[in-house]
Amino acid sequence: MTAIADTTSNTAPERTAAAPTAIDRVGVPGWLQAMPFGLVFLFFFVIPLILVVIVSFWDYNDYAMLPSFTTRSYTETFEGCLAQFPDLCTILKTYLSTAKFCFIVWLTTLLIGFTIAYFLAFHVRTVTMQMVLFLVCTIPFWTSNVIRMISWIPLLGRNGLVNLALTRAHIVDKPVEWLLYSPFSVGLAFTHLFTFFMVVPIFNSMMRIDRRLVEAAYDSGASGWQTLWNLIVPLSKPGIVIGSIFVVTIVMGDFITFDVMGGEQIASAGKVVETRLNALQFPPAAANAVILLAVTLLIIVGLNRIVDVRREL
Amino acid sequence: MGEGRSPAFYWLAAFFALFVLFLYGPMIVIFILSFQGPTGGLTFPLNGVSTHWFERLWHGGGIVDISDAFKRSLELGLVVMILTVLLSLSAGLAFRKRFRGSDLLFYVAVASLIVPSIVTSLGIALEFRLLDDFLKNHGPAWLAGDLKTTMGTFTSGLGAHLTWTLPFGLLVMFAIFNRFDGRYEEAARDLGATPWQTLRYVILPIILPSVIGVGLFGFTLSWDEIARSSQAMGEHNTLPMELQALTTTVTTPEIYALGTATTGVSFAVIALALIAITLIRARQARFGSDAGQA
Repeated sequence: MTAIADTTSNTAPERTAAAPTAIDRVGVPGWLQAMPFGLVFLFFFVIPLILVVIVSFWDYNDYAMLPSFTTRSYTETFEGCLAQFPDLCTILKTYLSTAKFCFIVWLTTLLIGFTIAYFLAFHVRTVTMQMVLFLVCTIPFWTSNVIRMISWIPLLGRNGLVNLALTRAHIVDKPVEWLLYSPFSVGLAFTHLFTFFMVVPIFNSMMRIDRRLVEAAYDSGASGWQTLWNLIVPLSKPGIVIGSIFVVTIVMGDFITFDVMGGEQIASAGKVVETRLNALQFPPAAANAVILLAVTLLIIVGLNRIVDVRREL
Repeated sequence: MGEGRSPAFYWLAAFFALFVLFLYGPMIVIFILSFQGPTGGLTFPLNGVSTHWFERLWHGGGIVDISDAFKRSLELGLVVMILTVLLSLSAGLAFRKRFRGSDLLFYVAVASLIVPSIVTSLGIALEFRLLDDFLKNHGPAWLAGDLKTTMGTFTSGLGAHLTWTLPFGLLVMFAIFNRFDGRYEEAARDLGATPWQTLRYVILPIILPSVIGVGLFGFTLSWDEIARSSQAMGEHNTLPMELQALTTTVTTPEIYALGTATTGVSFAVIALALIAITLIRARQARFGSDAGQA
């Protein structure tokens, strides 16, 4: 593209030079313009994903992965799942626990995100004010997630501000331990980090709702709650679904927040992959990655179903 | 909507204020604590106010040498920013025409946002490992001889970051071109401009503020990225990766100083981008279109 650019830009403003070439008249074809973009995804996304699937069926020893076809990595991952059946095996327990986090974080981010988006879209009157407040919510998103995580330490730690306040007020005798490095702090950090992903798409959907519909509902005698539940919620559905997909897939695949906020004590689906990788066991890591990917896709499909079913009711 | 404020407004406004406090409160706390005195700890109270921990950080007297990672992240961020702008812009222009496989490309880009980062990162690591093995066994002697690994900040690492920044770049480009008035282009074409001239003197000057926005996205997303980097960076860690490693080992306010410094870079970049956008907008307002003025 640069070669074409150079030859034409030399003659650009006055266009006195030779007659335009074919490419001058029709422009660069679309597929060529999209090619660099496409190649990045081919080499760094599509081929890697295919390799993950292939390698998940390879064998391995202590030093290397051995090209062959075996389901060893999968059978090892699900080891004991049938034998212990009424009890859950490790991998199922891990997925169940991760799913629990997904559900809780999804619920809290949805409730908070929807309320914030609703306030911005329907209760803030001027566009300028909307943009200013929206920007205020956006700025923290531009800082590192790890920093936003560790910023809870001085608040939630054993000698943190929350415990200080609780002991001073004689609500508790000794510092509360479950505030930090616990499931609570993991959930809190997720909510803190990712509510933004709910606010943006829901706000976007709400801004597209025709305001005359709201007035019509009001004129027809609908109460505020009725308008909210029967008009705004259904019409915000696309935004809710997009935000939900974002939040759920992030929590499902996360290993960093679980690590930093869980004090390396809480297992998660993403961490299983990472643990295997740290042991340089690539085929089992790949098998776990394939399972994680499959579960994530199932959740996305399921999420769409739930919301679609609700629309039909 | 009635004339006066409904009671719901005040409840919602209070909720919004609490949300903002929730977002900013912790960050402000570590900002304050990063100025902790030399004898101070990870929590309040402040034992005096000093820049002790920033100095330690800067001179590398602390636990790790951060300055290399800082430089590496900055360089990587800039390269990612430039490539994100160029490739998204080019792809954005392509999507305005029809081309074969455009739907597929769009879905692949969106899938890249949804597939868990650890999976993408693992895939890239596998790809480069297999490439290493291949080159060592089958590559030309001059290459296979002292090849350690093809993985690195600007090979696998760069690719990993682009799979994260480019989908955002493309979505922003879609938003830009949805609002773009095609009549400017038609006018340029009617006046005899070539496609390149139309792009250079008509389209680019109009969309420039938003293109800077794409660059801002590219830099900050790369600057803060960890999950995709985790397996794909090769032997040298980026700054956020170092920071994550430090969370388990460091027990001094140095880590807050590092957090404040990193956030400072993010904010400086945002400020620069906003200033540039404001200046360009002001210029556009004053001169109208500056088409043809180079």
